[in-house]
Amino acid sequence: MGQYIIRRLLTAIPTLLLISFVIFAVLDLAPGDPTGALPETIKPEVRQAIREAMGLDKPMPVKYALWIRQFFVCEPLALLEENMDTNFTFDDSFCKLRLTSWGSRGTPVFDLISQRFPQTMWVVGSAYLLAILIAIPIGVISATRQYSMFDQIGTFFSIVGYSLPTFFTGILLIILFSVKLGWFPSIYDTNLEIRSWSTFVKQIKQMVLPVMVLGLFQAAAVARYTRSSMLDNLPLDYVRTVRAKGFREAYIVVRHVLRNSLIPVVTLIALGIPAIFGGAIITEQIFKVNGLGQLLILSMQVNDIPVVQTLIFIFAVLVVGFNFIADIIYGFLDPRIRFE
Amino acid sequence: MIRKNHKTLHLFIGLVATLAMLLSACTAAAPAGSGETASDGAADTAASGGEEAASSGAGIGDRDPKTLVILYWQAASLPGPYLSGGTKDQDAGAITLEPLANVAPDGTFVPKLATEIPTVENGGISEDLTTITWKLKEGVKWSDGSDFTADDVVFTWEYCTDPDTGCTQLSRFEGVTNVEAVDDYTVKVTFDKPTPFMYTAFVTVGSPIISRAQFGDCVGAAAQTCNEQNTLPLGTGPYKIVDFKVNDVATYERNENYHGEPAYFDKVVFKGGGDAVGAARAVLETGEADYAWNLQVEPDVLAEMESGGNGAIITHFGGNVERILVNQTNPDPDLGDLRSEYDNGENPHPFLTFKPIPQAMSMAIDRNLIAEQLYGFAGQATCNVIPAPDYYASTANDSCLTQDLEGAKALLDENDVVDSDGDGIREYNGVPLKVRYQTSTNSVRQKTQALIKQWWSEIGIDTELLNHDAGVYFGGDPNSNDTYQKFFTDVEMYTTGPSIDPQQHLSEWICDQMPSKENLWGGNNIFRGCNAEYDELYQQLTSTPIGPEREDIVKQLNDINVQNYYQIPLVHRGSVSATINGLEGVEMNGGWDTEMWNIAEWSRSE
Repeated sequence: MGQYIIRRLLTAIPTLLLISFVIFAVLDLAPGDPTGALPETIKPEVRQAIREAMGLDKPMPVKYALWIRQFFVCEPLALLEENMDTNFTFDDSFCKLRLTSWGSRGTPVFDLISQRFPQTMWVVGSAYLLAILIAIPIGVISATRQYSMFDQIGTFFSIVGYSLPTFFTGILLIILFSVKLGWFPSIYDTNLEIRSWSTFVKQIKQMVLPVMVLGLFQAAAVARYTRSSMLDNLPLDYVRTVRAKGFREAYIVVRHVLRNSLIPVVTLIALGIPAIFGGAIITEQIFKVNGLGQLLILSMQVNDIPVVQTLIFIFAVLVVGFNFIADIIYGFLDPRIRFE
Repeated sequence: MIRKNHKTLHLFIGLVATLAMLLSACTAAAPAGSGETASDGAADTAASGGEEAASSGAGIGDRDPKTLVILYWQAASLPGPYLSGGTKDQDAGAITLEPLANVAPDGTFVPKLATEIPTVENGGISEDLTTITWKLKEGVKWSDGSDFTADDVVFTWEYCTDPDTGCTQLSRFEGVTNVEAVDDYTVKVTFDKPTPFMYTAFVTVGSPIISRAQFGDCVGAAAQTCNEQNTLPLGTGPYKIVDFKVNDVATYERNENYHGEPAYFDKVVFKGGGDAVGAARAVLETGEADYAWNLQVEPDVLAEMESGGNGAIITHFGGNVERILVNQTNPDPDLGDLRSEYDNGENPHPFLTFKPIPQAMSMAIDRNLIAEQLYGFAGQATCNVIPAPDYYASTANDSCLTQDLEGAKALLDENDVVDSDGDGIREYNGVPLKVRYQTSTNSVRQKTQALIKQWWSEIGIDTELLNHDAGVYFGGDPNSNDTYQKFFTDVEMYTTGPSIDPQQHLSEWICDQMPSKENLWGGNNIFRGCNAEYDELYQQLTSTPIGPEREDIVKQLNDINVQNYYQIPLVHRGSVSATINGLEGVEMNGGWDTEMWNIAEWSRSE
């Protein structure tokens, strides 16, 4: 097992390097110009000066090498420095600048990300957690009582949730709960600090709508997977054997059937986690949550390449990482799976 | 096998259920929607009836009345104009940064950090029009309590004109050879040649003053690394910026050191993100914001939101005019390299240079219909290419405001432009009047095209409509034949317009500005009209100081352009924002300066 983990970690390095190169190359080759979003009244010479100030005039391999150094050496050092209040002596010559956003010139990319990370975790993370907590029981009950009323209703909501796009449900909920009823805000207040009970209630209130939108979508998928996987397992021989031993039905379902049915669900959930970080673009945009998804889309719109590169690469790291974690969890769920 | 059937059955039930749900949702939604308009209509009648049609508006809810919430659906990436060129960024800066003077909605200049507007009469502008001397208010302090002096103004110039700063407002300082502090409260700006309009540097939202004490180490390449200074600039304005979240929200508090009356609000929140409809909804329907900017929303949607009674739509009309350009050269594809080339006047358009034809085309258009139906709040019919401010707007062409199809037909008949072969299309010298009409892909533009095509067909002109993706059409790629600069069609349509002083805009239409293959279509005389009278008058404009004489020349230049039918103006386009009920002091000013220009005077009625 330990060997397996080490081997997987080592293979991840070339994979990620390759990914980083592809991301870099694609973005570098893509047409577009960060000064393109500036007003048309700005003269070509001024644009050129701005481009040069951003370091856009260097050849692509040089830019890639600089970026790699920046990303893997300078940024971690800078973060260490900030957290530990130390100053590395070679800092000035080697890592003069932080990786900064072009869109808002001068702001370090990692500052932008850390500013937005909490909102994404609060909103998208809690939606995901809520979805899993609701969806797995629904899936289990639906499967054990196939074609019952509960199953029909569960299926109905799953299919509705899965097929309606978030930009539709989002607007629908805003019109219903913000405009008509006035219960929940449609604008997420990112300045809100939780200091008291009332601010906590405010935070919950402003999270309700985006969490509902995202949760419905996520829960639908997880519930469908759990249900069908349970249905595959329920008629199998080992279940009959356990039943023959005379255990209680609830014990059988949870301890044996559910455990065996979770493998596809774990894949779905684990591979969905990277999507938490980047997948809620539309919902974040509708509710004006300043999360990572919104950052990505805004940066793309203004050709803010450093931010786009960094975010996409972080997503790639997360995908590789959670793939790996899913593989490990398989081993715990099903001891027959061996890593050799 | 049996299981599989069950699954199919199951899927089927699910699909039916979903369909049923969607259908019921649709049917439920439709009456709700129509019911809403009906009741809104009723509310309107009641309101016009006079008495309290109690607005069902949400008000500001339980929000703090002393906090002003401004919603820009494009979030600001930096507060201030120098490193980031968007309106959102300039406006976020304008809440705290101030220029020496602003332009009011009516086009007059209002001193901010200056004591008065320098003119030739008061001696502030030299007789030879090469220097302007600004007197600064004394005792003004930055929001951290340090003193504001002429040195900060000099520094602002040094900062922006350093080539390594990458300043987006460099053109503001074009022609400026020196800025010097005569004393602590006097600044003298010197230009390289006589310049009639000198209110470019340090005037309006695009050119506010920044602090030398704060930005002193941020000049040149270092500008990129001054993260704290860039995001939290010191200002002299009514509010000071206390927090800035990039591409999200800026927070301001009252500036105790402000040189004017203390501001009303304790706090200003400048929130970004979402879309225009959402922004309109937040002010007009949910009351979550007090002010929403740039509401590019379908006119009827906006009108319906406004009828809820929670707020008002406000507009301002600057210089932008949606116009049709009439190609004065021949765009025939058979000409090869000579296509749409001026060629010293040797390549005129076969029929559009014959004035009665474009004149009839102009007469056939119902501009009011286009403005009202397609632009709504954001459009007014216009007959001028310089439509505002009032003192520059000509009144000589106003007859175009009324559509005159019969007159147009008669005009063509009189000039012997008739349909001789009975195909419904008139001919001029044997050439049938078939025009190709291009613009960018945009639903309002395509609807405009369709209407105009209809009117032109009624007077016997056949129109082929084309539209190109905005990125290509406005992209300026010399290898593409679909750019507005190449103008390979007979007519084309887009929006452009002058800033507060129209000289720069008028300079684009002199003969020298002709785009051609030779200059890679770099000129701005897009319609390719060369008029000696115009050029002569334009030269006169460049040496005429601000005053009645200059106003007269501008009007004449406008008239030459419009009356030769180089351009057919259609719609004067404005900016549209929304304010919540109770927000007072707002003077909408999207065209000449920032909408935040007088935020010091904003307050809420109690």
